[in-house]
Order: sequence, then structure tokens, then C-alpha cells
Amino acid sequence: MTDMTTEQVHDVTVNVNGVPRTATVPARRLLSDFLRHDLELTGTHVGCEHGVCGACTVLLDGKPMRSCLMFAVTAQDHRITTVEGLCDAPDARPCATGERMNPAQQAFAECHGLQCGFCTPGFLTTVTAYLEENPSPSQEEAREAISGNLCRCTGYQNIVKSVLRAAEIRTERLEENAGESA
Amino acid sequence: MKPAPFVHHAPRSVEEAVSVLAQVGHDGKILAGGQSLIPVLNMRLASPAHLVDINRVTGIDQVEVGDDAVRVGALVRHAELEYHEGAYAALPLLRQALVNVAHPAIRNRGTTVGSIAHADAAGEMPAILALTGGVVEATGPRGAREIAAVDFFQGPLETSLAEDELAVAVRFPRFAPGTATAFAESARRHGDYALAGVAAAVTVRDGVITDARSSFVSVTDVPSVLDLTDVVGGSEPGTADWAAAAEAVRAHVEPEADIHATADYRRMLAGELARRVLCQAAENAATTKGSSDR
Amino acid sequence: MTTQMFGAPIRRKEDPRLVTGGGRYLDDLGQHALAAAFVRSPHAHARITDIDVTDAVDVEGVVAIYTWEDLPGKVAEPLPLLIPHPTLTHGRTGYALARDEVNHVGEPIVMVVASDRYAAEDACQRIRVDYEMLPVVVGIENARDGEHLVHEDAPGNVAAHMVQQNGDVEAALAKAKHTLTLDLSIERSACMPMEGKGVYARWNDEDGELRIYSSTQTTTGVRAAVAAKLELPLAKVECIAPDVGGGFGVKIMHPWPEEVLVPWAARLLKREVKWAEDRREHFISSAHERGQLQTVTVGFDDEGRVLGLDVKFWHDNGAYTPYGIIVPIITSTQLLGPYKPGAYRCEFRSLYTNTVLVTPYRGAGRPQGVFAMERTMDAIADYLGIDRAEVRSRNFILPEEMPYDHGLLFQDGRPLKYDSGDFPASLDKLKKLVGWDDFEAYRAQAELEGRKVGLGIGCYVEGTGVGPYEGGHIVIETSGRVNVATGLTTQGQGHQTAFAQIVAEELGVRLEDVHVTTGDTRKMGYAVGTFASRAAVMSGNAIALATRNVKAKALRIAADALEVDEEDLEIVDGVVQVKGAPTTSMPLGTVAVLSNPLRYAFDDAAKAATQFAGTFDPDKPPVAEDEEPGLEGRDFYSPTQATFANGMHAAIVETDPVTAEITILRYCVIHDCGTMINPMIVEGQVHGGVAQGVGGALYERMAYDESGQLLNASLMDFLMPYASEVPHVEADHLETPSPLNPLGIKGAGEAGCIPVSAVIASAIEDAEGFPITSMPISPVELWELRQRHEAGEIPSLRHPHPAPDPSNTQEPTR
Repeated sequence: MTDMTTEQVHDVTVNVNGVPRTATVPARRLLSDFLRHDLELTGTHVGCEHGVCGACTVLLDGKPMRSCLMFAVTAQDHRITTVEGLCDAPDARPCATGERMNPAQQAFAECHGLQCGFCTPGFLTTVTAYLEENPSPSQEEAREAISGNLCRCTGYQNIVKSVLRAAEIRTERLEENAGESA
Repeated sequence: MKPAPFVHHAPRSVEEAVSVLAQVGHDGKILAGGQSLIPVLNMRLASPAHLVDINRVTGIDQVEVGDDAVRVGALVRHAELEYHEGAYAALPLLRQALVNVAHPAIRNRGTTVGSIAHADAAGEMPAILALTGGVVEATGPRGAREIAAVDFFQGPLETSLAEDELAVAVRFPRFAPGTATAFAESARRHGDYALAGVAAAVTVRDGVITDARSSFVSVTDVPSVLDLTDVVGGSEPGTADWAAAAEAVRAHVEPEADIHATADYRRMLAGELARRVLCQAAENAATTKGSSDR
Repeated sequence: MTTQMFGAPIRRKEDPRLVTGGGRYLDDLGQHALAAAFVRSPHAHARITDIDVTDAVDVEGVVAIYTWEDLPGKVAEPLPLLIPHPTLTHGRTGYALARDEVNHVGEPIVMVVASDRYAAEDACQRIRVDYEMLPVVVGIENARDGEHLVHEDAPGNVAAHMVQQNGDVEAALAKAKHTLTLDLSIERSACMPMEGKGVYARWNDEDGELRIYSSTQTTTGVRAAVAAKLELPLAKVECIAPDVGGGFGVKIMHPWPEEVLVPWAARLLKREVKWAEDRREHFISSAHERGQLQTVTVGFDDEGRVLGLDVKFWHDNGAYTPYGIIVPIITSTQLLGPYKPGAYRCEFRSLYTNTVLVTPYRGAGRPQGVFAMERTMDAIADYLGIDRAEVRSRNFILPEEMPYDHGLLFQDGRPLKYDSGDFPASLDKLKKLVGWDDFEAYRAQAELEGRKVGLGIGCYVEGTGVGPYEGGHIVIETSGRVNVATGLTTQGQGHQTAFAQIVAEELGVRLEDVHVTTGDTRKMGYAVGTFASRAAVMSGNAIALATRNVKAKALRIAADALEVDEEDLEIVDGVVQVKGAPTTSMPLGTVAVLSNPLRYAFDDAAKAATQFAGTFDPDKPPVAEDEEPGLEGRDFYSPTQATFANGMHAAIVETDPVTAEITILRYCVIHDCGTMINPMIVEGQVHGGVAQGVGGALYERMAYDESGQLLNASLMDFLMPYASEVPHVEADHLETPSPLNPLGIKGAGEAGCIPVSAVIASAIEDAEGFPITSMPISPVELWELRQRHEAGEIPSLRHPHPAPDPSNTQEPTR
């Protein structure tokens, strides 16, 4: 252990959901805590802090990673997308109560893909990135895609269903967007 | 579960990293992907005073596919190697093994070189380095050197890297023509550390097995290669004595018990998985598929 | 009504917020609060000889450090024993901070309050505690032999000894043509919600008021317990459950030490203080459940009818009994399932061990009881060579025998009396769903391919919706917004939607106008909590009754204003109108205006409601006698007994002939929770329950070593299933309405997990041809059982199926 002199701090700037955000934090600040407590973006949740549960999954330069297994200083100058940022995606649409939802968010709400909602942000970031890679997964592939995230409520069945539904919505909106820009 | 304080170093070059390591190596740790290290820090099972974060070091993030080997830089994430088509074509075994490394989110961050340097007997990639007869390229204050896999792994979580040395890359040599590979492991949950895992490489020439070897995950102290050519060499894949090969594997491995399985069970599993992957690799080699798909 | 609400699979109102990062869980609140962390015992049983905090006080950011000696008055006394019972003769509870002895790894000893959690953990690491080791009691056998004691003054480690019986069991067994005895065991698991526990306290020094946020299943319970401990008037304490990231039982236990200490420190320091449990803490200091050893003796006739059932079991209650002996009482009664047991006797001992305490986990004693009963049914079937479903069927309580009184007392102290259920119909549906009668053909085909498959079955009855009561409160605003409050909490069950459906249907308003608040003592101070599959039954009915009250009032006022008869009015989409003449109408918001005569006009609605606004009868008071201002209704539902839901599950499993790996190929559920408010939510509950059941059957256990260390205290080693481990669930429903409550509903929350261990054991036994008596079971355990079976140590089933030849298999593992 180091001695008790005042801990060295770093000015960390990370592009979060399209906006450069800076906070002064010690080197040991986990990216999850940086997002939640320094930037007060509490949509990202912390379920185990040892990388197993996936609740804290965010997109780093578009790829899902565990924010509890990264230090904020290492994320310097990278691009982070949290669940809040999914709402600003080009294929997000406002729902009846006003929230903007991307296809994954919309599908989880439609298919009862969540119960307590605590693990959900990690699933949503994971699924959003997965559909970029595989826009029309089979049921088996959908199950595989979410198999690195723990959920204690749903038994996963409606999450699998949500992934398949999200793929449909995503395709519909891609076509809409293409139509608009044509 | 928050890590203890540490001093963060962010070198920009291999030289700078090595010079930082020379100062703090005895009291420091290298941070690459961090997927094994950070859980340990969060649980305060380790509290190094210094972390040498190599994520900003330039020039070590490439996969290079050569005629002889696939060279993987220290900052290449598992997922990058897994999806690298050139690497897959040259050495399908890499992808066959990598898809078993934890889950995609971990593979997006964790590095292949890091997991080899971590030298966990339950890790897949140390076993692959061993089976390919690979090499670790290390750089330290005394210059660069190459360490053969057989010399690299010294014990569980123990390597011959000095504390002031950085593993900058590993090279996985390609197999001889006519060789096919297969990998299988059994874990309690998909993505967990394996109870046992086996990698196999079998060479078939003119319909006859000329070389067969395997390496192991979770059932040996250090990654080791078992040459089974004496057991099945000279046979055709369809009629080779795979049961005898499995028996040799059971005799070779030295599994330990933990809360998930007994040593006997792991031994049985290693034998059975070996039978399956050897057989599969041999058939693929014979049909000149050369590889099995993911 | 324009749209049917009650019974429809309505999308959840909570979800747009939760999927967009708008949830507010405990650790999302109080961003600037001080953080608490705890030094917890690393030993399972030890005397504390010294605590030295010297090295910790100077750690940057530390604000305060407390040990037991710092605690005043009632805070220093043992935590309450929440549910006493006459047979719990040796109940014991711990202290908020250990006094001079620790009884399990993880027991809190020192509390550190610091600027953030990092600093608090730094300080914890520097605190030295000296211990004198004491002998450790781990495991039911060790507890039972009583050689070492957890508590010096609890002889034999027995906390409670209870016997319940109905009829003369000895005579029945003596008379029975056949008897069998089974020795069974079931391991510990834990609720393991994705969000751990947590508490955040704000002390308002100016007003002498305390606000507590807790990730709890009972805010009224926490409020009352903390007020008592801190010796504050109840009126000065409020407790709110924010979004709660799963509970499954562990958050009904209260007050946890931290729920007392954090508010206490907040008041003392006059600062906001928060504690958010981390995963390691959750493993070693939050409750577990399940562990039991059981001996069942059953007497039966040639047809497989049970004549007498004698059950003895030993229940591991961990180090303390703050939640009483609810779990073993439930096991001893719910074991009976859908069957008539003939004469029945159940005797249990609840035993202390040096492990974390045991309180209800989803299912609460039922999975163990169902395991005992269903293993017994399979044993009878095998003994007589009768089809397993048929043996069950012959023992069923029939619909015409309802209500059926077992002559025993249930967990609520009231008679164990089933209200309804149609077990033959459920079994019939299940057999069709799983293809029961076609299975032997499937097995034969599988055997040709060298595969081993087995079919298993399990039935259960679940007492749900236990009392004493819940309440509902409704107030309609002048805008037409309907505010609904009930006191119990929500941790994912979709109460905001299901309760809104009840109100929308009963009142005749749009779903989007109904806003439900749960678990906030400011909105409803009278409540019990969310456990025992009781929320829909208790709060659902209370809210329905409250809605009927407010509706009656609305119709009364509107009838008066519209000068029509109340009987002629209906409410459609929030508008009170004359049936058949909808142009004569007024919105509910206007009725709300009329219900509340005002002096001051601060907006348009108020302007319409001032005493000076219009015509009135000068001989009548502005608020009629027997009325209160406001369009408001309140009521409570307090039933005389629980309502009994039931279900039956079947599974097909495959076991690898070489590696003994176990795969669930199909999982089928028939579920009867009476009338369903929202079938989508009910199915979600069933899916989640089954997944937890699969975890308990094949993956999860608490691996304590003999020194009381929990060896798998991480999600890496505690094998909570991922999607890759959970089968697709095929579910179908039967709706046998409960005659006991206005809505005809029964609880559904726990159902899914209850019979899973029994079903999987049944299926593996069927695949393997020898008895499975211990769950959970892992591949290595099955592999070892095979070896013991081959060595003749384990008998074959009397009527096993021929085993396939293992040498035929070629398939690589996944």
C-alpha cells in the first residue's frame, strides 16, 4: 500500500454520449464510478465490480466493455456510449411518454424484456452493439449474444425475444432513414 | 470493492515503458486489458503501488500474418485477433480457442499477450502458445529477447519474464501443411474458466497420421504439450486408437480439485475432450478441410 | 369501457423510464453523501479481544469510525427478533456492530464513514481486530451432533423444535401394506438480486426529521424498526424505497445492521450518509436460504395411495434467527402439495451454524418441501411400477373437495386450508404439453443414437397472499390525474402497471392517467411488505376496494351536479356520463373540483371550486356531513387466510453418457394463479422463477469450508445462470379464480422456482436409473453417483429404463 500522502489526481476527459466531459479524479477511479458519480450518469449500473455480471457494460469506441474493469484515466480521449446515449442514436424515436428509444430500448419495453431494470442498461448496450455486427440473428444467436450478462429477474426468455424484435425495429428504421435521405 | 491507491504511469513508447518498469517494476504491475488484474485490484487481493498502463504505447497493436507465424502485439485485444481473417486463415486454432475466452465484452478489452503473460493455467491462450511452439518477444533494460513457450511458463501465474521486462508481442508459428486443429473445453457455465480444455493439432499425410499433439487448459500446472504421435501415428484417422490417446492424456495431466470439480473428474474430462478433439482434427486433416469452422 | 384493462397483456408503464437510464436506484441517489464501509469478520466464530483503529483515523477523507462501544441506548442492544414463535425457544439475534463475539464470516464489527467509498475502504484496511478463535459449526450434521455450540446457551444448537400432525401417523404406517424411507438433502443458495442492499439517510436537523431511502421490500417495516432503535417518534421518520434492483426475499429481512447504523450516523454527524452494499458484502453478510436434511417415511397401498406420511427434517438457520422460523414452517406445511397425505406428522429442528443467517428466498421453504414430497411420489411409483403421473393423480385433492383443510397451521398462524384449484385439469394440460405419453418412443429413439434422456415431473401448491393486510389510497386531481398509493414496495413486478390496470378497469379511466406509488411511507403509512407472492392479492384487492369507494363518491357528486340518478351513470375514459346519453357528462377532474370547495382561486379549477363560484344551497354546509373534501378513496384488504395457487412442471433432460454433463432439453409449466391481471407479467414471473429454480437445481450452492469460509463468494464462482444455462420455458395457464377475494386472484411471484429441483431430480433419475436424493447436482456429482451405482453402493431403481451404450457417442461437447 502507498503511504497516506494526498492521492495524485488526473484531469480526465472522455467523450461521453457525444459530449466531451472532464472530471478531476484519482487514477484508481473506476470508469463505472466516474460515469455514475463524477459525471452523474447513473444509468450505468454496478452489479459485481469483478466483471462477471455485465450490468456496467458501456460501449467504448462502439464496442461493449465492462466499465468496472477499466480506469477512467485509461478511457481518456476515448468515446463512451452509455444507456443514456442510446436515446440519441439516429435510429432512436420518441415514444408516447416522450422518452427517445433506440431499437433495443423499444424492443425491451415492448417484449417485457426487463423486470427490476437494474441489469437492463448493460443488456441494451450489449445488444445495440451486437446488432451492428449481426443485424438479423437467429434465436440461438440472440441467446448467445446476451450470454455474458446476468439477469436475475426475467429468466432471459423475453430478453431473447427482445433481441429478435430489436433487429426487426432496427431494420425498419434503417429503411425509414434511407427513405428520408433518398 | 474499490482498488487501493496507486501511481499511474502512461508511457507512450516501449522504451519509455521499459524505463518506467525499471524504476517501479518490483512494486508495480503492467496494465494492458486489465480483465484479470482489475478484479483482483477491486477485491484488494493485490495493491501494487504502481500501475504501468501500456494502453497508450504505440506500435504494439498489430496482428501480422507472416509465412511462418502469426505475430500478435501486446495491445491486440482478444476480439481483434478472433475476428482477424488473415490470422484465422493462417491458424484457425486461434479463433477456435478465443471464442472460449470469457465473454465478448471481456474479449473486447482483454489482450492475448496479457493473458499469456498472466500465465493462468486456466487460460486458453497459454495452452495455444504452447501447442504452436510459440515465442514471447520481451523487451527490457538489457535489450530484447525471445522466450520459447516451453521456457516461458514456469508455474501457475509464473513466467520467466523479469519484473522490468515487457512482453511486446507473441508469435504463434503456423502448422505444417496437412495439419488441422480443434479445441474444446467444458465449463460449468458458458464463458467460465474451463474445468478442462484440450487443444489438438493433427497432421495427416497420404491418409496417415504423421503427427498428433495436444495441450491443455486447467488440468496442468503450466501449459504443456503432449506428443501423441507414438500412440496414433501411422494410423488412418478413422481407425486410430483414440481411446489409447485419451488414456495417454489421462496419464499426462495433473489436475487439481477445487469447488467446481474433483481431480478425477477433470482427468476423465481431459481424456474425453482429447478423444473428441483429436478425432475431429484428424478427420478434418484427412479431408483437407484443414480447419473446423467456429 | 373502451378497452379492457384487467386481464390484458398491457406493456409496462415503468419501462420507458427504465430502458432510457431514468431508473433511480439506491446508489443513484445522494451523490454527495458520505459513504459507509464496514470491517467485517474474517472468521466464522471468534471472540473479539481488541480493536485498534489508530492507523485508520488519519486516512484522507475519513469522517468517523464506530465500534459497538460507540453505540448508544437501543442502537447498542441486539437487533429485533421480528417474528417470534412459541417453538422458537432459543431465538438469537446479532448486534448492529458485533459486541464481543462474531458468529459468521461477514458480521459487521466496525463502521467507517468517509468522503467516498474508496476512502472508507482504505480506512477499513487499516483497522486491526484481534480475535480468539472459537470452534466452528458448519453444516447440518455438525450442528445436529451438538459437539460444538454456536451460542453457548442454545443446547444442541437447536433454535426451534416443532411438531405438527394430523391423524395417527404411527398407526397409519403400521397398517400400510408398503412403506419406504427416503433420506434427502438440499443445499443452500441465495436470492442474489443484481442490486445489493443499500441505505441512504438524510437527517434534517432543523425539523428533527429523518428520511431513509432503503433498497428494501418493506419501507413501513424499516421505518418502524429505525424509529424504535433511534428512539424517534414515528411521525419524524419517513422511509422510501426508490427503484429496487431485485429482492427475492433478502430485502424483506430488516432492519439490517446498516439500516440502523447509517441513519444513526447521519443524525449524529448531521450529514447525509449512504451505504451501497458491494457484491462481496452481499455474499457474506446478506441472508441465504434452502439448506435442509430430510427423512421421509411414507406408507401406501397397492395403488400408490398415501396412507401415512412421517417427515423429519433439520433446517440450517445460520447464526441468528431475526426472521423467526418462517422458512421451516412453510416447508413443513407446503410439503403436502396437491396431495392428501393420510395421517401426517412433521417434526423439524431449526439449527444454528456459524454461517450467515437464513431468511426467506423466493419460494421460502417450499422448494425443499416439494423436493421431499415429489421424491416420495417418484419413489412410490418406482416401487409399484406405476406411471409417475398416475401415482400423483391418485393422491390428488379433487376440485369437489375444495376448500380442503389439512388440519395444520400455516406460516401466518392460520389454518392450512386450500381455497381452490383443479389439480387433475392441471396435470392433464401438463401431460399434453410435454407429450408425457409419447416420451417412451422419444427415449427409445434417443437411445438408438446413444443418448440418455429422462423425463421429470413436479407439482406444488403455494400459499400466497398472506395477511395481515395492505391498503390502497386513491386521489383524483382536478386535471383528471389519478394518484394511487399502496404501501408495499416494488422490485420489478410491474406494480405501476398491474395496479393501474385494476384502477383503470374499476374506475373507468385511461391507463395513462393512473399513477401508482409504492413503498413510500409518506404516501401510505400502513403496509406490510412485498413477499410471499402477496402484492397482487393484497394490494391489488385493497386498491380495487379503494377504487370502488372513490368511484361511489364520484358518482354521488356527479349525480347531484347533473341532477340524475347515480344508478344511471357510468365512467368511460375518465368522463362521468349518463348511460345511453353520453352528452350529459362531466370529466372526473370536474367532479374533483366539485368535491373540494375552496376559498381561494389560484387556477382555473380552483376558480371553479371557490365557494363563490356558483349556486349553492345556503342551508347545506360546503362539505356535506359524512363527506370529506377531495375526490379520494381509501380502503384495506385483510383476508382471513392465504389463497393457494398451484402449478405443475415437467422437464426433459439429457445427460452425457461419458462426462455426465446435464442439459435441459425442454421445460414445461402449467401455472394456476387464479385470475390474471396481466398475463405478460405473470409469464415473466414464471420465466424468472424457473431460471432461479434451474440455478438452484444445477448450478448454485454456498460452498462453505469447515472453518466457515465461503469459498465461492463471487459471481465468478457462485454459478448464477446466464442465458446460456437457462432453457426456453413453455408455459400454459389454468385460471381457477380464488373465491376468497373480490378479484379472484392468487399470487404468482414465487411459483416458477418452487418445483424445479424436484423436477430436475426426477428427470435425471429417470435418465440414469438410480435415485437422486440430493440437490443441486453438478456433472461431477452425477459422474460420482454413476461410479457408486456401478460399484453397487447405490441401488438401481426397481423399474429403470435400459441405459444406452456410452461407446456409441461421437458428439463433441458444446
